[in-house]
Amino acid sequence: MSLKNKAAAIGIGELKPLKEPGEDTTALGLMAEVAAEAIADAGLEKKDVDGFLVGMPFNDPGMLYPASAAEVLGLTPRMLNIVDIGGASPAGMVWRAAAAIDAGLCDVVLCVAADLNASGDQRPPVISVQREFESPYGNIGANCGYAMIARRHMFEFGTTPEQMAKVAVDQRANALKNPLALFNQKPLTIEEVLSSRMIVDPLHIFEIVSPVSGAEALIVAAPDIAKRAKHPPVWLLGAGECCDHSSITYAPSLTHSPVKASAMTAFKMAGLERKDMNLVCPYDCYTITVIVTLEDAGFCKKGQGGPFVMEHDLTYAGDFPCNTHGGQLSFGQAGLAGGMSHVTEAIRQLMGRGETRQVKNAARAFVQGNGGIMSEQVSLVLERRS
Amino acid sequence: MSEYLKPLPKPTAISRPFWDAAKRHELMLQRCGACHKFIYYPRPQCPHCMSDRLAWERCSGAGKLYSFTVVRRAASRAFADAPYVLAIVELAEGPRMTTNIEAPPEQLRVDMPVIVFFDDVTPERTLVKFKPA
Repeated sequence: MSLKNKAAAIGIGELKPLKEPGEDTTALGLMAEVAAEAIADAGLEKKDVDGFLVGMPFNDPGMLYPASAAEVLGLTPRMLNIVDIGGASPAGMVWRAAAAIDAGLCDVVLCVAADLNASGDQRPPVISVQREFESPYGNIGANCGYAMIARRHMFEFGTTPEQMAKVAVDQRANALKNPLALFNQKPLTIEEVLSSRMIVDPLHIFEIVSPVSGAEALIVAAPDIAKRAKHPPVWLLGAGECCDHSSITYAPSLTHSPVKASAMTAFKMAGLERKDMNLVCPYDCYTITVIVTLEDAGFCKKGQGGPFVMEHDLTYAGDFPCNTHGGQLSFGQAGLAGGMSHVTEAIRQLMGRGETRQVKNAARAFVQGNGGIMSEQVSLVLERRS
Repeated sequence: MSEYLKPLPKPTAISRPFWDAAKRHELMLQRCGACHKFIYYPRPQCPHCMSDRLAWERCSGAGKLYSFTVVRRAASRAFADAPYVLAIVELAEGPRMTTNIEAPPEQLRVDMPVIVFFDDVTPERTLVKFKPA
């Protein structure tokens, strides 16, 4: 069994993130807007959509969510579900869509995520064991866990604050070419990152995603539909998934993540090597996330992620194009939709629609989705082939 | 004395012996009768071998500082008194715990030895914290 070439992405939708949504803005409203955009981008009509995978907004959660959202959108899906693996949900939707298509349950799957920036103390609900053993000590939100990963990575491998900052700097250079990115006005320097406000030592504010409101969508379709699509189809060649903890405290390691297992599965299914990739889109909730992901996905040796990002140009014109949309760090993180930005950017680039930030001869991309604190991991290998 | 406004653990049938021990200023962990591994946080069955033969054992309270962060700005208003040190301590018995370290941040080093202490944050509830050994 394999999902190789069983389905292709044929359309994308992406809204410019909003820092201050209007009073009338709702997550479902953003979801409807971006869904219509993705369906039109695929050259399809709403009636063609017969599969529906959705992420639940932190801002407006509820039980039986897929049916409620499908009703608002006016869909009649023959396969519907919520994908609840944090920031890995969108990448997880892609292979689940392909699997459902390959199993004959549906032909055109709408994958969508939208959220409103929840300000103040509104946090996603946490399970009872985290309320009991994490919250009383102030381990609330994602910042603390990633800071402790960064600290341990610095201790074990000698990773430096400058190396982590380089990720944010190169991704900002990419964002300058992206009209949809939230932070696309001025470049960033390593010195600016390191002199920015320390939030959770050793992570500065420019190394931490900015929560925003926004939405992303994509269409995954069966081969016969993909072959007559408007844009060059982007085929799923390989996918992998792994999770080995929820709270980072109980992970086998702070510095060795389940990215290793998910990426190995995806590359094996694709029958390709790391060097075959023209673009990588690793999940970037924090700078350290990119460094750990590049190591565990096998793009460099374990512990060498810091020197690797210093030695390579991660911009769209560089020798290792990485998060060419600016990453979430410069694009903005609209809840689960933030994790779809890596997927839609890879699809956009492979379709040759990167405009002023187009990666030359981009034919193959690696995407990593990451949920929680390096917890749920999904790897995708994608290829443009007409 | 001002009111304690931070989140407090709500013990369950499974975890109550841990929190009751903390109130007595003892560190008690579950240990698996089948594979003999220590377990934290308290579980309904052993996460290593799925045995339900779990018993409570008193632990040394010694460990090392696996990692830590100095939280300058907290995600929750309950911790508006930041900075505070959030840490993962690896106990001598094996398991890791989320906790706080009471020490000036500049004295902290990854893998340094630490020792448990018990913080009676309210008359009813005691949190398990650590300080440099």
